[in-house]
Amino acid sequence: MLAQLIPRIVRSGAAATSACLPTVIWAQGPQRIPSTLAPASTSAHQIFDLSLFVVTLTGAIFVVVGGLLAIALFKFRVRKSDPSAEPAQIYGSTQIELAWTVIPVLIVVVLFLTTARIIFAIQDAPKPSAAVDVTVIGHQFWWEFRYPKYGVVTANELHIPVSSKSAPQPTFLKLTSADVNHSFWIPQLGGKTDLIANHTNSMWLDPNTPGLYLGQCAQFCGAQHAMMLLRVYVDTPEQFDAWIKNQQQPGLQDTAVAAGRRVFETQACMNCHTIAGTAATGRFGPDLTHLMSRATLASGATDNTPENLRQWIKAPDTFKRGALMPAMQLNDEQLDQLTAYLETLK
Amino acid sequence: MSDYPLPHPELIETIVSDGSKRTLTERLHSWVVTVDHKRLGILYILYSTLFLLVGGAEALFIRIQLAFPHNHFLSAQVYNRFFTMHGTTMVFLVGMPFLFGFANYIVPLQIGARDMAFPRLNAFSFWLTAFGGLLLYYSFLGGGGLYGVGNAPDVGWFAYAPLTARSFSPGHATDYWALALIVGGFGTFGTAINIVATVISMRCKGMTFMRMPLFTWLMLIVSMLTLVTITPLTAAQLMLLIDRYLGGHFFDTQAGGSSVIWIHFFWIFGHPEVYVLVLPAFAIANEIIPVFSRKAIFGYPAMVAASICIMFVSLSVWAHHMFTVGMTSVSNAFFTLSTMLVGVPTGIKIFNWIATLWGGRIRFTTPMLFCIGFLFQFLLAGLTGIMLSVSPWDWQLHNSYFVIAHFHYVLVGAVVFCIFAAIYFWYPKATGRLMNETLGKWHCWLFAIGFHITFDTMHLLGLLGMPRSIYTYQPDRGWNILNLVVSAGGLIQGIAVLIFIYNFITSLYRGEVAGHDPWDAWTLEWSTPSPPPSYNFEELPEVHSRRPLWDLKHPEDPDWEYEA
Amino acid sequence: MSSVPVHNPVRVTEWQLPYKGRVGMAALIVGESAIFTIFVVAYIFYLGKSVTGPQPADVLEVPILGTICLLSSSVTIWRAERAIEDDRMTSFTGWLGATIGLAIAFLLGTAAEWKKLIYRDGLTISTNLFGTTFYSLVGLHATHVVIGLVLLSSVFLFSLFGRLDSRQSQRFGTVALYWHFVDGVWIVVFSVVYLIGR
Repeated sequence: MLAQLIPRIVRSGAAATSACLPTVIWAQGPQRIPSTLAPASTSAHQIFDLSLFVVTLTGAIFVVVGGLLAIALFKFRVRKSDPSAEPAQIYGSTQIELAWTVIPVLIVVVLFLTTARIIFAIQDAPKPSAAVDVTVIGHQFWWEFRYPKYGVVTANELHIPVSSKSAPQPTFLKLTSADVNHSFWIPQLGGKTDLIANHTNSMWLDPNTPGLYLGQCAQFCGAQHAMMLLRVYVDTPEQFDAWIKNQQQPGLQDTAVAAGRRVFETQACMNCHTIAGTAATGRFGPDLTHLMSRATLASGATDNTPENLRQWIKAPDTFKRGALMPAMQLNDEQLDQLTAYLETLK
Repeated sequence: MSDYPLPHPELIETIVSDGSKRTLTERLHSWVVTVDHKRLGILYILYSTLFLLVGGAEALFIRIQLAFPHNHFLSAQVYNRFFTMHGTTMVFLVGMPFLFGFANYIVPLQIGARDMAFPRLNAFSFWLTAFGGLLLYYSFLGGGGLYGVGNAPDVGWFAYAPLTARSFSPGHATDYWALALIVGGFGTFGTAINIVATVISMRCKGMTFMRMPLFTWLMLIVSMLTLVTITPLTAAQLMLLIDRYLGGHFFDTQAGGSSVIWIHFFWIFGHPEVYVLVLPAFAIANEIIPVFSRKAIFGYPAMVAASICIMFVSLSVWAHHMFTVGMTSVSNAFFTLSTMLVGVPTGIKIFNWIATLWGGRIRFTTPMLFCIGFLFQFLLAGLTGIMLSVSPWDWQLHNSYFVIAHFHYVLVGAVVFCIFAAIYFWYPKATGRLMNETLGKWHCWLFAIGFHITFDTMHLLGLLGMPRSIYTYQPDRGWNILNLVVSAGGLIQGIAVLIFIYNFITSLYRGEVAGHDPWDAWTLEWSTPSPPPSYNFEELPEVHSRRPLWDLKHPEDPDWEYEA
Repeated sequence: MSSVPVHNPVRVTEWQLPYKGRVGMAALIVGESAIFTIFVVAYIFYLGKSVTGPQPADVLEVPILGTICLLSSSVTIWRAERAIEDDRMTSFTGWLGATIGLAIAFLLGTAAEWKKLIYRDGLTISTNLFGTTFYSLVGLHATHVVIGLVLLSSVFLFSLFGRLDSRQSQRFGTVALYWHFVDGVWIVVFSVVYLIGR
């Protein structure tokens, strides 16, 4: 009972504080803080509540033990008035030592049982039939997202539907890697899970509020680990359906940009990239079919604007030195045409 | 006086040197070929101090790069090499050598022996460790030369597979990491064997196991733990080299190999390793706190039992570094429980230390101030460790700056603080002179203030979602000012360490002469001249209690009347 | 001083501590056991996981003769230990020579086995997971046998030139302990690789 009462009291205080964080003096411009203290999904909330209980317990231990330490240092500091003989030598006390062994063990038992409950609640949660399935494949240094039931493949920016208690629609993720180890972490939506080659992990998210949530790769994966950023858009059901429908369309075939499309097909781009509905079926790099539906390029390294896109193709090192996309050695005319083509892939 | 066979300082004539001045070459040569445990101990400590400065410089570079978002002080590649080298250096070239160096110097003196069990193995082990470190640092020069900082390892100090495979780490960076640590690992292995044999086979008459000083007890336990800690790392690194050079498939995911097995093997080394680093800190505190409280340690048998308990239980908690790897809920629960349980014997020690202080007459000398810092900081570090042991919360905190804050709280706040305490405490024994108290207090306070500015703030960064191992961060995530504060604290710590180096060097010439026993302490090393002669004791002592010098100084109230 | 009651402790008469060579060797054995354990764990973990190439049951033949040789060498070295303790140096040299001979026989057996595996069955360290873990584990053990052989041969040479007597019996006991460890490891490796793993 106490374990649930204390978090409720403290949680409102913490929620008030964390709501103020974005507007505190530290902010420089509009902030989107990926804070573990502002949970927006069931598992993130469960973890946050558990953490409040742990902080309360450890805080109490700190006050008691630290307090005794401070008192001892103050009370028994040597003073000029002390006699020169040594103080009484106390070698031990069986009762005291027994007590301070038993009490910590009891604390551990309580803490463990509270924790175990949450471990099983999160890891072994049953999967409802309405759940959305997404396969996440980690690459150096970008994210591949596949929706097997919808036939959708995209990269770096994940769209999932909002989920409520009345209409639960959690997203169940299967996570693996095409190369080295990565880790998927959106702090507001849940704990992180690693992406490991030849090894499939699973986790679930059921966000309760629509919006954009930020995260990034949380397992060192090489040179540009720091720029393997994550954007998760939690959509209303209507928004999600619309997004899926758009993603299911093949790449737009606009004859006005045929020249750019020719550049794409003849300059080795298709070795690495896929554009659905064309001959390009490469899988080493991100799927570009709906590149323009994304807000950023190169997994968040820069904003998705025509200038940035052109510069990225010309010299990826400008934004992400060490990314595995080579500079394609195109001349200005080819770059203009190619950018114009890619700009039509909405 | 009684017919106690303990050499009385006043009764022994110090051996006068024969007066012939040796040349500088002869003196340096004598240091190179020495097998004297005291000289080797000093060599270890000087070696570690040098790498403390190097590793500290790496840390400062890291903090300058992170002080502002999208900073261009270090490129991504250079940053990745620096954080890998900082971690590897601090664990293997600073922490371990410091602590084994102290063990080397103090243990034979405390047990009343003339040297370690195997003096030549001792020297060999030191030079292996030293060359391992030099090999590791040669990596900055090898390969591409200084441009792009050569081939220094850039795979993180834990070098997860398959990032370390030939295909993802071409060049020799990973090879330097593996080879340097294998070589150094053999050095560590040799010293551990030596300490175990010394403590078991070379104690002076009357010194049963339950009469050994706690420093020696803990060094014995650390050495036994090291035997099964460093060796799994050596095995895993051999497997890595087999993969990289002989076409092996241990960690080759394409051939059915497993990245997770590297992670298991690494942490089977890695977790007990942090106990290898922290138990000597306890060893040091166990000597210093009683002396400056003027009381015997409270609950000696429990301290021994708790330490042995920690040694065993620490071998069963490694997967708390792997809560996000995808183990079953039952495995996660098991490791949560074992990790919480190992906190119990560790916590008990803090209570014993407080009970030692209680009722004492506390003198706030520099070594004691560092130990007090250790007590507060280790308490906090243990509590954040409990937070991390709660696996669901760890799913958020793992690989974030919260973890970095926690382990620096242990490694700097506990281990480095105790190393500084130990240096101030035993420097007079090794050199014959005391370090300057005023400078010592400046060092302590500045270092503590800088430490807290940096590492208290860092916990918050982790809670706000900042992951580790990133060379820069986005400016719109609310991490900017906090990172600047963290970096500022680092600079303050750097200044404090410089004060310490100045004190260390100048006290050699200007320090107050110490005599045998400047602190009025109770273990055998304080019965020898400062510095002790090469043979340590004119006559090997015979002891009858845990505090032989207390018995000498208080013949009316000796310890052996109260010990079981 | 004389007015203060002085208490005298009981003087120590018996003070016998274990021989430091034995303790050091035991510590070495503990550490080496940890290394072997990691390689054994890797072997067991990867059993049945090789994607291609020869499998253990296809190519492994139980090395009965080699095992008998190696395990007998533990008996012969024990006899040598007894001989040197009793100062029977000719007997000692004989038993030590027998130990060395048996060790060499074991290594020749391993060499023959590896020759067959490499040339006839096409199994090398880089073939598949089985190859990697097999050659690493058995090779690590064989390396320890070679080191032991060097130690034993050095002692044998000293003995041949009449330089040894019972005063070195404790030191020889340390070498013998190492040799028993090598045999003990073989029992584990043999069971895991040739019995359980096939």
